[in-house]
Amino acid sequence: MTRPRPYPIVAPGTADFREAGAEPARGWEALHPADQRLVATHCCFCGVQCGMYLRVDREGRVFGVEPRDHDINRMKLCPKGVVAYQQVNHPDRLLHPLVRDRRGEPLRRASWDEALDRVVDGIGRIQETYGRDAFAVYSGSSLTTEKTYLIGKFARVALRTRHIDYNGRLCMVSAAAANKKAFGVDRSANPWSDMLETQVLLIAGSNVGETFPVMTQYVWGARDRGAKLIVVDPRETAIARTADVFVPLRPGTDAAFFNGLLHVIERDGLLDEAFIAERTVGWEGVREVVRRYPPGRVGEICGLDPELIERVARLWGEAERAMAFHARGIEHHVQGVENCLTVIDLVLATGQIGRPGAGYGTITGQGNGQGGREHGQKSDQLPGQRDIEDPEARAYIAHVWGIDEADLPHKGTSAVEMVHQMAAGEIKGLLGICNNPLVSMPDRDAIEAGYDALEFHAQVDFFLSETAARADVVLPGTVWAEDEGIQTNAEGRVIKHNKAAEPPGEARTDWWIVCELARRLGVGDRFAFGSPRELLEELRVASKGGNADYSGITYERLEETGGLFWPVPSEDHPGTPRLFEGRFAFPDGKARFHPVEWHEPAEPVDATFPLRLTTGRTVAHYLSGNQTRRIGALVEQTPRPWVEVHPSLGFANGDPVTVVTRRGRVTYPALVTDTIREDTIFVPYHWAAPVAANILTVDALDPTSKIPEFKVCACRIERGGAVDPVSPPPVPPGAPPEVSPVDERPPSAPQGRGTGEP
Amino acid sequence: MMRRTLFIDPGRCIGCQACVAACRECDSHRGRSMMHLDYIDGPHTVASMPTVCMHCQDPIAPCAEVCPADAILVSADGVVHEASKERCIGCGNCVHACPFGVPKIDHEEKLQYKCNLCYDRTSVGLAPMCASVCPTGSIFYGTLEELLAARPSAAATDIVVFGEQEIVTGVATVTPAGAEVAAVPGGGP
Repeated sequence: MTRPRPYPIVAPGTADFREAGAEPARGWEALHPADQRLVATHCCFCGVQCGMYLRVDREGRVFGVEPRDHDINRMKLCPKGVVAYQQVNHPDRLLHPLVRDRRGEPLRRASWDEALDRVVDGIGRIQETYGRDAFAVYSGSSLTTEKTYLIGKFARVALRTRHIDYNGRLCMVSAAAANKKAFGVDRSANPWSDMLETQVLLIAGSNVGETFPVMTQYVWGARDRGAKLIVVDPRETAIARTADVFVPLRPGTDAAFFNGLLHVIERDGLLDEAFIAERTVGWEGVREVVRRYPPGRVGEICGLDPELIERVARLWGEAERAMAFHARGIEHHVQGVENCLTVIDLVLATGQIGRPGAGYGTITGQGNGQGGREHGQKSDQLPGQRDIEDPEARAYIAHVWGIDEADLPHKGTSAVEMVHQMAAGEIKGLLGICNNPLVSMPDRDAIEAGYDALEFHAQVDFFLSETAARADVVLPGTVWAEDEGIQTNAEGRVIKHNKAAEPPGEARTDWWIVCELARRLGVGDRFAFGSPRELLEELRVASKGGNADYSGITYERLEETGGLFWPVPSEDHPGTPRLFEGRFAFPDGKARFHPVEWHEPAEPVDATFPLRLTTGRTVAHYLSGNQTRRIGALVEQTPRPWVEVHPSLGFANGDPVTVVTRRGRVTYPALVTDTIREDTIFVPYHWAAPVAANILTVDALDPTSKIPEFKVCACRIERGGAVDPVSPPPVPPGAPPEVSPVDERPPSAPQGRGTGEP
Repeated sequence: MMRRTLFIDPGRCIGCQACVAACRECDSHRGRSMMHLDYIDGPHTVASMPTVCMHCQDPIAPCAEVCPADAILVSADGVVHEASKERCIGCGNCVHACPFGVPKIDHEEKLQYKCNLCYDRTSVGLAPMCASVCPTGSIFYGTLEELLAARPSAAATDIVVFGEQEIVTGVATVTPAGAEVAAVPGGGP
């Protein structure tokens, strides 16, 4: 099946890494004599995890960036990656612990002792009064894997609460659940270099050019070698603009579309019957369902020309090698898990997996979105991607942690549910780290009510986020360049972040903060970690034998290879770049089909709210914007959010347009563009109230993954008065205030303002 | 065109402005980007176009030709340099002469700024910052052979036509294979 390669492809994470000139930067020393050094590391932002060098001066200060020829990115960086280093010595950095003596009073500087004691007192008071589960931990996936492991252990061993979850709940959980259901394991199936060998590349619900810009080189690389590109998205994004087939479907209809593809493929005899028979179970149920999705019906549901469905199905069905990728666009739905399953059904029915150039993957959002969902900071999970309700897993992890299995809490609830429990008074205290839910969670006003109802709230961060600014205690953590540790990128490749600078002021590493809390809670003996390396050593043991087996991973091996794909079950194991070559991760080795019936989103359109609102990202900003809204160049590129509306809706570019949903109303400047469907509007979500897109979104959750339906709710638009202003990001007491751009115009294009414009 | 140069392919551009950000990091003009990134006919499309100095070969560097202070050096390797700070009088003649709208004048400093092909980097064998980081290869640095090895179906030209005026540029433009050289719209009769 595999042709000889007519062109060189560097195999990921192998000996070729050094040959690619990764270390040291070639020629660089000629420019910069002995007064500075380069630290090889990776970016702090998205799941691509581009390699980069940080430039460090004689005083040990990070002051710049140099491209790095790592085999993930081959020196390429996006605008966020180029300026990431500007966070390190940023004037907004939190340099000291902050406490608030009473709600309503301002935060004031405190000593570490005072701040940590307040947290410990808060935990003790709440757990004694209301029970252990009344104190919760809400974590994040921009932390290194060592830290995510530590936080999972901290919640279960130090707090003994069942309430711990993480911000991947807003991001990766639909894909993760679907992968586990279908393949028995949750990881992207192929290294991205496989794209260079494919004939058909299908990308659904992912604005790759803006959210994973450096992944574009693989997409364009595939096309350079003759691959056809299919892009499924309600908006004509930068990668959709020149795609061979662009499928501008209606938000919330993905499952119908993919069922429609499989309908045509089955009808026209383009199935891989041998693959279905040998390597899968459950096809008959899917066949029965997809027979009810002929192109005519699907076209009506999706708002598409039925011919498009025929074309895409033929392209995919006739390809010898095809690959499908998807991201939040199909996952942020009440049917998120099922949407992913329909893509997997298509892949399985045509045998397009487990070979070079044939495969499937979700594109993980956060830098450690993959590693952060594997080792136990998720409400239902123990390290190694183990199920917290699996008796064998419980016994093993209890043994590793030196606790009685009976003392290991059971499954908790998901992130958004926890906030609802806060509002309901079931959860009274919260330790938050690495997240900003007041910007990132749906139906923001309800989220605020949940946080307001807490008796005690501590937040760890390196900038004062909108969420941290309301906490009772704020503990200053580190940016990525001030610590070391591993992360796993969207391919499943484990890479190493290296330390380039010391934390500023009194800021401390997040793992030190957590271990110190554990010590003050009286369980210091189980948290006696003196370095990330010591954490990794325990994580290797804890993950051993699990799906996500990291037991063969060491810092030295990662440095040497440039990254290893898990599972790596022993120190002489080369890693596993491509999964499912011979078997899937179920005991019988076979993948599972899952029949899916499409249904309407949680909030269908009606006469009062006739349009669909979809939310998403723009290239200059990242997640809740707590980092990127403080970096001048990125603010200049995209100073404020806007609403994208089709010209047929009757507005002129720049008009104030009020978006109204059942949750709230916000007035944005209109970007009137032909690149969006007539029945759909778009708002980017990186900004805080009063312009937060999440003032508008619905908090309906997928029943399995509990992911919110960020990607579609019903809305209407009205001619507005004045556009709502952007509020500047909060700063700690004493720091110079951030100045918000007073800019009422929309950007020139969704990617921002052109350089030639005032 | 056997030497290494920049190849510009607007068809691949995603408008992310990594080139703009990276240009600011170059030590010769830190904090100031020489890149132009335009959204073409925004907001009707997401199409975008990076513009660098094309390092005009024939006629050689109109910016330098019209400079009354003789401030713009064209080095033997064909690189058209930024106006020398010692000589530049900030008059803006170069801005008017440039067919691509590349030079910028800082009116406070009364100095011209423009892309010099990252001379500090290219002269020691490194690629310019913009091409190093460009996530799409819309800005590519290398030889024509290297370009074609990576993109078998591509073709490139070093000629830009404005009406009756042809300009041979040191920086190349990628064209679809088999495409004819056509006048740039708006370039004259």
